[in-house]
Amino acid sequence: MTPILRFLPAPMLSLILLVTWLLMVRSVTLGQLLLGVILAIGIPLLTRQFWLPFPRVKHPLKLFRFLLCVLGDIVVANLHVSLLILTPKREPHPGFVEYPLQVKDRLAITLLANTITMTPGTVSTNIRLDQTSLLIHVLDMKDEQKLIKEIHERYERPLREIFEC
Amino acid sequence: MTFNMIAEAAVSLLLVLGGLFAFVGSLGMLQFKDFFMRLHSPTKGTTLGIGCVLIASMIYFSVSQREPHVQELLITLFLFITAPVTGHMLAKTGLHMHLRFITGTRGSLPELMDEDVGQSRVARPLRPKPPGGLKTRREQLLKSRGR
Repeated sequence: MTPILRFLPAPMLSLILLVTWLLMVRSVTLGQLLLGVILAIGIPLLTRQFWLPFPRVKHPLKLFRFLLCVLGDIVVANLHVSLLILTPKREPHPGFVEYPLQVKDRLAITLLANTITMTPGTVSTNIRLDQTSLLIHVLDMKDEQKLIKEIHERYERPLREIFEC
Repeated sequence: MTFNMIAEAAVSLLLVLGGLFAFVGSLGMLQFKDFFMRLHSPTKGTTLGIGCVLIASMIYFSVSQREPHVQELLITLFLFITAPVTGHMLAKTGLHMHLRFITGTRGSLPELMDEDVGQSRVARPLRPKPPGGLKTRREQLLKSRGR
């Protein structure tokens, strides 16, 4: 382990903490910058024991594209759910689907579960502790296999490519 | 002058849209029939509503104070992190308490494994039977065993 990594166990987390701090105090003076750097180095060091080892982000560009895609899907999800709410005549067909997980990394699974909840018509309900499947509640289910395939193509594969696991 | 007017129009539009989305999302709580369906509206229906209001706030303060305001992005970030986690915890609790779901629900609920349930089962409050349409998981199980 290089000396720099010893003081920065999670460079991304430190960067995010620094930016968050500067946004919260709304000023970029030298004093605040210094305080932010101290916090950004100190907090990861103090909480290091609680963290699982961070997986390395192999393709930051792909992560960015994935985030944009999810952001777009969130808007679509909102419109979709709003439409379902506003047309009471059209009865939705809810259902449970067990989704087989292929990603193994915990952070990737967390990201996938969060993405599923934020995107059209699905809420992740339960994850098996052996991390093999995710139970999803679907608001308006038409085709189970199609849904599983869609989630796999759209979200799980990019996540696997980003973290390479 | 015209720039201010455009900004004003955008802010008003976003505020109205945001309010509308938040309202529709809340309406879903009334409209949907069971617990798991009702989970969908707060996790999604309101996210866009709050997003619209935050963007409106960003535009308004950036234009009126002539300096960029971006700390609203933090609220969005925290919202995106907390909303799915809350939804997940609620759904999990619902599963453990064997909450009733609507009869048309497709797909079978897999039996919870021992490690999913935990050491002591959550005590389920006794309730009078509903007039019909809704079934508990336990009733379905008993029926399928032919009792």
